[in-house]
Amino acid sequence: MRRKALQGRASVRTRRQVMAAAAGGCLLAADFWAPDPAAAQGRSPGKLKVIASFSILGDLVKNVGGDRLEVATLVGANGNAHVYAPSPADARKVADAAVVFVNGLGFEGWLDRLVKASGTKAAIIVATKGIEPLARAGEHDHGRSDPHAWQSIANARIYVANIRDALIAIDAAGKAYYEANAAAYLAKLDALERDVRDTIARIPSERRRVVTSHDAFGYFESAYGIHFTAPQGVSTEAEASARDVAAIISAIRQQKAAAVFLENITDPRLVRQIASETGAKIGGVLYSDALTDATGDATTYIDLIRHNVGQLASALAS
Amino acid sequence: MPYDFFVAPFAEFEFMRRALAGALALALGAGPIGVFLMLRRMSLVGDAMAHAILPGAAVGFLLSGLNLFAMTAGGLIAGFVVALLTGLVARATELKEDAALATFYLLSLALGVTIVSVKGTNVDLLHVLFGNVLALDDQTLLLIAANASISLLVLALIYRPLVLECVDPGFMRSVSRAGGPAHLAFLALVVINLVSGFHALGTLLAVGIMMLPAAIGRFWARDITLMIAIATASGIAAGYAGLLLSFHVGVASGPAIILVAGALYVISLLFGRVGGLLRQLFPGRHLEA
Repeated sequence: MRRKALQGRASVRTRRQVMAAAAGGCLLAADFWAPDPAAAQGRSPGKLKVIASFSILGDLVKNVGGDRLEVATLVGANGNAHVYAPSPADARKVADAAVVFVNGLGFEGWLDRLVKASGTKAAIIVATKGIEPLARAGEHDHGRSDPHAWQSIANARIYVANIRDALIAIDAAGKAYYEANAAAYLAKLDALERDVRDTIARIPSERRRVVTSHDAFGYFESAYGIHFTAPQGVSTEAEASARDVAAIISAIRQQKAAAVFLENITDPRLVRQIASETGAKIGGVLYSDALTDATGDATTYIDLIRHNVGQLASALAS
Repeated sequence: MPYDFFVAPFAEFEFMRRALAGALALALGAGPIGVFLMLRRMSLVGDAMAHAILPGAAVGFLLSGLNLFAMTAGGLIAGFVVALLTGLVARATELKEDAALATFYLLSLALGVTIVSVKGTNVDLLHVLFGNVLALDDQTLLLIAANASISLLVLALIYRPLVLECVDPGFMRSVSRAGGPAHLAFLALVVINLVSGFHALGTLLAVGIMMLPAAIGRFWARDITLMIAIATASGIAAGYAGLLLSFHVGVASGPAIILVAGALYVISLLFGRVGGLLRQLFPGRHLEA
């Protein structure tokens, strides 16, 4: 937990580069101080070691791979993959892995350097292969296409198919097993998607407008027809300025948004003020880039989607 | 367009109007108080008192969250206790008032931090340290306005003894016994103005909106009435310009208000008619004639 918190805070690009370089240099040293307890304990020889770059992808891989895999994630629960700084332990995990699953679409900008530094021979599988990428709404630090493809369940199905095919290619002996797992999970995703569509259908269409401080819901928007707006420049965790607050209020008014999700404005007085000035409802937390740890309410991908849809439904219900 | 720049932010957004009203009320109360603090050479007393009320507000916050009443009551109690104890010790013992205040405010601060650390997280305390002028609800606005009104009324009542004690404490003692009560009432006003200041700007900046305008006034007037008027006006100007700065440039509002006051102070320091640096370097021409 503590290590994750430290990594999550490291947001400076140069720091990322330094860490990646250090990852290579420390590779030998890492063997001696073995800082990762999970890798040290559960090392059963028969299992295929795979890496997923972040927690949501890790959950999908686990669901397909089941008992035949030992899945590790680089950016863990509650971590922020946008500003992640890999550690020497990560380089070691990557070096040991047979397959590395990544999201692609420019989501893990730090990954190429990590792979190089680790000298791994693992196959790098891009889980979003075959997904029609959406253009990013705002300027951000990762390319032109929006990487948050998993926010649409239809895309998650493509992730699962890609994961299944990659696992079969590596581990042909488990073909039947992977296919059965993937089929079972895809059925769950189908049920999930039906629920999501039912829930959203119950929201009056004129109320399906939300203002958030994240711009991570483009795929969700295009799949399920809830319109998200993220005012520019309101993604900072510093104290909100009058300009930030004005941008949020203008966005709510322009969009006639029925609810606003402002998890990164931590001052409850300010959130209340925005609500009272606009008449918009204040929603809870929407999870975008990571699962929560065991104490949270989005420990799996399916829970995450259910949680988000539940939050949206209760905030948008008239 | 000047209208778009100077007026539209307030016309369009209610939170800006509330912030402006809050800053205005704050400047009305804090201006005169700051001038008297400065004239009585108690400029740093405001700072010490702000530290003294902080633990009270923090305890109120821990007991009932961001509750206006609890935080105000906690701040007032802590501030009054420290002010009273300071006065008692200064009058009853050899210890001077500044030393007594130093001991009590440090004790109050230590006690507050201890209580907070025993109760757990101190992350949320940031909200206490830095209030938010953009988030003034009706209650908070009423509190600030009421505090400003009380301050002005009480100041009108104790104005004479207060001025006299600033100018000639020895003479004051020889003609009247109103000095002691007036002093205590004045300290109470300092406390309630700091409490309303911390709701809007936070404890640390609350002192700024009190002392910076007073120092500005000092550079432009010798007459105490005029000094108070200038201090109040520059406090209001700083509030308005600081909010505009926060709106157009996107910096946090509380610090922006204080920084504008700081800029006004530097200008006054350089160009002020009374003891400004340039005045001292180039004395007025009328003396030569």
